[in-house]
Amino acid sequence: MAEDPKTPYEPRIVAFLCKWCSSAGSDLAGVSRIQYPANATPITVPCSGSVSPQYILTAFRKGADGVLVSGCHLGDCHYLEGNYLARRKLFLVKELLEFIGLEPERFRMSWVSAAEGAKFAQVITDFVADLRPLGPQDKLQGQRP
Amino acid sequence: MSGKRIGVFVCHCGNNIAGTVDVAQVASVMAAEDGVVCTSDHAYMCSDPGQNAVIAAIKENALDGVVVSCCSPNLHERTFRENAKAAGLNAFDCEIANIREQCAWVHRDPGEATEKAIRISRVAVRRLGRSRPLEPIDTGVTRRVLVVGAGIAGIQASLDLAAAGLDVLLVERQATIGGRMMGLSETFPTLDCSQCVLSPRMVEVARHPRITLMVSSEVEKVSGYVGNFQVKIRRQAAFVDPDLCKLCDDCAQVCPVVVPNEYELGLSARRAIFMPYPQAIPATYTLDESSCLGLNPVVCGKCRDVCEAGAITYDRKPETVVEQVGAVVVATGFDLYGQEQLGEYGLGAIEDVLDGLQYERLCSASGPTKGKILRPSDHRAPKDVVFIQCVGSRDPARHCAWCSKICCMYTAKHAKLFKHQVPDGRAYVFYIDIRSGGKGYEEFVQGVMEEDEVMYLRGRVSRVYQDGDKVRVFGTDTLSGQNVEIEADLVVLALAMQPSAGTAAIAKTLKISRDKDGFLAEAHPKLRPVESVTAGVFLAGTAQGPKDIPETVAQASAAAAKAIGLLSQPRLSHAPTVAQVRSRLCTGCRMCVDTCPYDAIRLVQGKAVVTDVLCEGCGSCVASCLRAAIQVKNSSPLQMKEMIEAVLRV
Repeated sequence: MAEDPKTPYEPRIVAFLCKWCSSAGSDLAGVSRIQYPANATPITVPCSGSVSPQYILTAFRKGADGVLVSGCHLGDCHYLEGNYLARRKLFLVKELLEFIGLEPERFRMSWVSAAEGAKFAQVITDFVADLRPLGPQDKLQGQRP
Repeated sequence: MSGKRIGVFVCHCGNNIAGTVDVAQVASVMAAEDGVVCTSDHAYMCSDPGQNAVIAAIKENALDGVVVSCCSPNLHERTFRENAKAAGLNAFDCEIANIREQCAWVHRDPGEATEKAIRISRVAVRRLGRSRPLEPIDTGVTRRVLVVGAGIAGIQASLDLAAAGLDVLLVERQATIGGRMMGLSETFPTLDCSQCVLSPRMVEVARHPRITLMVSSEVEKVSGYVGNFQVKIRRQAAFVDPDLCKLCDDCAQVCPVVVPNEYELGLSARRAIFMPYPQAIPATYTLDESSCLGLNPVVCGKCRDVCEAGAITYDRKPETVVEQVGAVVVATGFDLYGQEQLGEYGLGAIEDVLDGLQYERLCSASGPTKGKILRPSDHRAPKDVVFIQCVGSRDPARHCAWCSKICCMYTAKHAKLFKHQVPDGRAYVFYIDIRSGGKGYEEFVQGVMEEDEVMYLRGRVSRVYQDGDKVRVFGTDTLSGQNVEIEADLVVLALAMQPSAGTAAIAKTLKISRDKDGFLAEAHPKLRPVESVTAGVFLAGTAQGPKDIPETVAQASAAAAKAIGLLSQPRLSHAPTVAQVRSRLCTGCRMCVDTCPYDAIRLVQGKAVVTDVLCEGCGSCVASCLRAAIQVKNSSPLQMKEMIEAVLRV
């Protein structure tokens, strides 16, 4: 993939999707056959609020070019307020990334409901497009915590 | 690594997956994955032969873990977990890799899709690698159901539930039950009178010993979990005691306040103390606090003075009650699409332009005109009436994209009722096309066209305006290709159906989702049409989507049947994927205690302790713990790390 100089750079994205909204939204994108780039691999989590900053840093250390956390819309969290917790916490992650010299645009949060298949596809499409100009992420890759 | 013996089973799903993903390659790559001892692929993994193949492989290879790479876990996680159990494994020894909805269906390039399917399957293998067998947590169950909304859907569900021996708490926001159906005149296609059908059922609700009725009440908060919900309900102050009220009307006679009657959709006026309908249940007068002069004997006090029964008391306060229920049926109904968006049709600005529900009141024997179709401006019987269909519906560019489903039928009925009253009158219907699917529906519409001689014009109306005492309607008949201009006495608009105003709030309270149009979303469009995604919460009626009365009743009975099935179990199980604390690492900092939205964590002797039945497994506590001392079972940080590695492995 990215290692082969002959093939163009393809951003590798780890997508943490909450089980109730965004994962269901990605299912709807599937059912509706809405096409989007294959760069993001989903990991289903119970709630966006369960995504520890540690997971995001681990993903970058392991060579992710981008990390997405997607949950229910604010106020619609299946677990009452998990996405508010996520927003508060993950905003700090963004600041932290900037502080340590990594482009904060490599980390993205989105709110996609179970009814928003098209939006899910758009989120992935946009993220991939925005990651392309940044090139491969090698700042944190291989770093020890 | 984990020491588990894992089998990976890749489904073709006919061509659904295999059409894009190289299924054989996924299986062969997964064979090299750490811990995987066997792989295979099958045309339909969920079929009987497919499931048997999995069982055979489990036995043959002494597997203690199974990954099925197939469709979304929403569809078949349960199928394959049950299958694994049949082979002697634990449900949590089976993981689903979603390579259909999240891969094969959304990518065209076979190479990219195959690579992604491999990554998704790897993630599932790594999740499974460190999963432990878990047994469901056993909980008690409250054999009582909350029904929200007492229209025909809520009434039907309540009666069915009560007939099955369950206690029912029926909560209605308005002062009477009956909902939208109570305001209708005759119903299509049989023209039986709506109230005659509904009233006996309403009385049955009121008299049923198992049904507790709460009107003028709203659900404020719901906590707990399936089988054991706590519901907080706020009841508006009841100033009239229904047990004492004799329905003599003395209070309304003396009340000095006159305001538009919302139950008559503004077509007549009412007092501040009034009875919504003659058939209202509970059968009592109701005092509307917002229009009353002030509930103060010094200011007015006329109604209280005149009431011989002593049924009226001014010093009542709203009260909040907390009730226990095991399941919830949501039946919050519909509203018509807002008139403010429809300027070109003059609704709200021209007196003789009405919406469909207002016209129903004109036709209703208990309505403001006692069933005589008279136009509001001068109370004359109209001679020329224009009915316009699809107002707001099927117009994605400006209004609602969906078809409201019932308008073709009720417009035909409206035209028929008009022709019955005014045989020499002329009725015109503007339509896009006629959708009359249903038993006896098409015959009904044909009868309206042919026997009642209603003029059907295929086309849209561009403008409606007041011209003297007439309403002039400009439209097009696309079949003859001619513009049409009608001098009408009355115009009736078939407005789009939209979810009722309270639907968004109740969805939020119950943590159930809504679709893109705002209607309540069912758990699966085909296989679970009356369930929400939240276990124990069921859907009925037009809150879930436009439908007519028979469909609403059928869905309400289905929702009731689902709730009865759920609550007929002696015990319920709670998902075992709850948080657990590693006491050795816990410093008692309280971060998790304060984070938990369910109050499931408390400190015991300086260490966090989780109450399993309260924990929903959201994992907020995990992300809050600075010492990684708390984790959700089968989603440990180590598991997450290995899953992330699996995504990024080159």
